This record gives sequence, C-alpha cells and structure tokens, in this order.
Amino acid sequence: MEANTRHTGRLPAAFLTPGSSSFMDFLTEHQPEILPGNRQLPPLQGAVEAPHGTTIVAVTFPGGVVLAGDRRATMGNMIAQRDIEKVFPADEYSAVGVAGTAGLAVEMVKLFQLELEHFEKVEGATLSLEGKANRLSTMIRGNLGMAMQGLAVVPVFAGYDVDREKGRIFSYDVTGGRSEEHVGYAATGSGSVFARGAMKKLYHDGLTEDEATTLVVQALYDAADDDSATGGPDVGRRIYPIVTVITDDGFRRLTDDESAAIARSILERRMEQPDGPRAALL
Amino acid sequence: MSTPFYVSPQQQMADRAEYARKGIARGRSLVVLQYADGIVFVGENPSRALHKFSEIYDRIGFAAAGKYNEYENLRIGGVRYADLRGYTYDRDDVTARGLANVYAQTLGTIFSSAAEKPYEVELVVAEVGVTREGDQIYRLPHDGSIVDEHGSLAVGGNAEQISTYLDQHHSDSMTLAEALKLAVRALSRDTNGSEREIPAERLEVAVLDRTRPQKRKFKRIVGRQLSRLLDEGGSTDAPSDTEPEADAE
Repeated sequence: MEANTRHTGRLPAAFLTPGSSSFMDFLTEHQPEILPGNRQLPPLQGAVEAPHGTTIVAVTFPGGVVLAGDRRATMGNMIAQRDIEKVFPADEYSAVGVAGTAGLAVEMVKLFQLELEHFEKVEGATLSLEGKANRLSTMIRGNLGMAMQGLAVVPVFAGYDVDREKGRIFSYDVTGGRSEEHVGYAATGSGSVFARGAMKKLYHDGLTEDEATTLVVQALYDAADDDSATGGPDVGRRIYPIVTVITDDGFRRLTDDESAAIARSILERRMEQPDGPRAALL
Repeated sequence: MSTPFYVSPQQQMADRAEYARKGIARGRSLVVLQYADGIVFVGENPSRALHKFSEIYDRIGFAAAGKYNEYENLRIGGVRYADLRGYTYDRDDVTARGLANVYAQTLGTIFSSAAEKPYEVELVVAEVGVTREGDQIYRLPHDGSIVDEHGSLAVGGNAEQISTYLDQHHSDSMTLAEALKLAVRALSRDTNGSEREIPAERLEVAVLDRTRPQKRKFKRIVGRQLSRLLDEGGSTDAPSDTEPEADAE
C-alpha cells in the first residue's frame, strides 16, 4: 500500500471502492500477498519445528463465560516460553484462546481482531456472535495447508451473546469445522483431554462467576498434572494462568493478583489432596 | 453543434471551487471543539443512520460536511488506510497527520483533474493526545489544502459566522458539558443573527475522550447521557456568564 500511495500520494482506487465491510476481502483485492492463507510454502520433508501453545479451557455460567489458558509454549520436548499469552479479547463481547503453532496463532488472532473492528467501524454495527464465529472458521480453513505440515492452529471462541443474554462457546477442528458447545464447557490443545475430564466432574449449570474462574484454573491444573506440555501455576516466577471473563459488562481479564489468588488457594488445597476435589461416586 | 470556446485555467479552477463550495454550504454546519479531557464533535443531524462523525482508529476521529456519498467513501477509505497501516506496522504508527496527508492528496488530485467532478466535501481529522498539548485537529477543504486548527472550528454552511462566535467564547479548559452547550449555542445562531432551538434528538454528538480506559477513545454520546450533559451545561450557565459576551445574548 505504501508503494501505491507514494507515487501519487492519493488513496488508490481499491480504498475508495464501495463494497465489502470485511478487511480480509479488502486485502484479497488490494494486497493478497500479506494474507496468511496466500503464502506459498516450499515442499518440506516432515514437520516444521516451531513453538506450540497448549491448553485452553472455557466454561459458561449464568450471566457470562470464562476463557482461560496456561502459559507454556513447547518445541518438541523443550519449553520454548514460560509466560506466553494465548487468550485475547476479540472485541468488547468476545475472546479467543488459541492452541497450536504460536506464531501463526498470534497472527490469526491479530487479523481476527482487526476483521471485527473493521466491520464495526465501516458498518457502524457489530457482527452477531454467530457471524464472528463463522469468520474465525474461514480463517482456520485458510490455514489448512500449514496445518497439514504440522503447523495447525486450533482456537476456542467464547463470547457473551447480547441478544440471547448468555455466554456461548464455540470450538473448532483443524479444518475449520465449528461446533457450539451446549454442555457448557470446552477445551483445546494437548492437555485438553485431562482438562475436559476435570471439568466434566466439576461443572454444573448454576456456577457463580467466582466458581467458574476457580473451575477453569482447577482444570488447567489437572491438565498440567498429566500433560508435560501444559504449564501449571509457577509460584516462584509468579506466572499464573490467564483468566478472562465476559459478561454483559464486556470483556475483562483478571489481574495477575486475582489470578494468583485463585491459583494459590487451589495449590493450598492440593497440598492435602494432590488430585484435587473429589466427585461423589453415585 | 456548439463550437467549443476558450475558458482560461484561472476561470476553470474558480468555477470548480465555486461549485464545491456551494455544495458544501448546502449542508448543515458542524463544530469540533477541544475540551479539558479531549475533543468533542457536535452537529445538527436529523438522521440516526447517516453519521457525520465516525471513528477511524484508536485515537482518530473523522467529521465531514457536504455530500454524504462522497465523504462516506472517503471515510471508508480512511478506515481501510488506518487498519492496513496498523496491521503492517503497529497501532502506534497510525497518525492523524499521515491520514490528513493522504486525504489532502486525494482531494487535491480529484479537484485538479479535469476528468473528475470536484468533491463537495470538507473534512476534519482529529487525534486526541495523551495530554491536551498532544491533540491535533486538521481541517481539509475541498481543494486538498490542510489547515492545522487549534481550540475550535466549524465547517459547513454557516461556518464563518459560527467559528467567530466559537473563537470568542471557547477556552481549552472547558468541561465536556460546557463545550457541548457552547457548541449548541453556536450552531443555533442563524445567518441573520436570530436564534432557533435545536432539540437534543436532532443533535449528533461524539467525543474522543483521552480518559477512556479502552484503547479506542471514540465514543458517541446519545440518549440520556446527552440530555443529562445538556442539562448540566444549563446549570453551569451562571459561571459562563463571567464572560461579557455571554451576557449579551
């Protein structure tokens, strides 16, 4: 774009052409080479080594939804980063948490945030929650070529639906397949199997916001307990899970102190009961 | 068959400028004011759907008078320019100065190209700074020039008279309610000096508020908040009476 505006200085025709309110459609028209899906990859043997982010969990409660993620990124059997952030606000009423290739995931989130903001500015109205979820689906599908080379990105999308007045969770598969989680919880990433097991036993549909934030940290703890790629609370370095809450007041990320308090109270209980809270047998 | 006759370049440009100015003057005026916590946009707009003011980027707002389809096109162009620039570099690299330059080039090229009809628009690009000294307001007339403005300005039909009135009464340390009240008073003055009432439903108001915690500082003021601010402005009418001109009304 810079090159195009420079020789005459005026906005190129593509900028002033009426049409789509989508930023990605505009890029496809004007500068397709910077869209992630349009990159040509050289043929490769085997998988590419790059940092991978791991576990994301989400839980709904009456009045909203909680989305949280651990802080570890791994590369093979190495820890690539201890304090990576994998949960981001998408806009005022939604958030996205990503597992998979960290670099591509962050780029996808950046473009997704921009896509929602751009639509909002051009149209003067926000997309429906379904509309946002579908947009994300398209972007994951655009990454399919990369995913087949081992560079997959698999997000969880959570938001507060202002029309239906409730929190909703959408999970995805690597091909962009989208499914809404009606059971009230979802997880993605390498530790998701264990996190989902924990949530299945702890979840009920009358949780308060405080209980919901505790539940997600419990689930992440259980994931870290059994999956080496998921990081548990790091008390020494003061690195705690990122916990975000979306209600009709909008998106809010818990402060480090709030997140630390939850993690510490769980750690304290686990000193006596290392496997965490027990569910009734019958 | 009519024979083509000679028109001097001076005359041609003067005609084009006249044409654009007339188009802009047909629209209702709008004003942009600096106040203590940011920049406020106020205009008379009976439509709820067709906005005169909009958000371009985090700290940048856009206001326009004139022909709707033309400035709407420029607005969307500006949003695309800002979003692409922020995506390519960083959000901090999108500035009102850069955007104003691109708009000036665009308007200037269109104005001087004989193949295109001149745009009948006058734009304002404003950026709210971290402090009042960092605020920037640029006015872009139809011909592609840029005017760096401070304090207050008016564009549209009755602009000259309104901005004289604003200059006399405006101060940078005004609260939002005071600035809003002043803007409404300025807008309700007719060409012949008489005043008319503009009801709150016909006002379009937006602010770039530097105290907003979100990174996006643009906010529309509508409904209850607007009428509350207008009432609040009314109750603080007494202190503004300290200005001699305010008494004269």
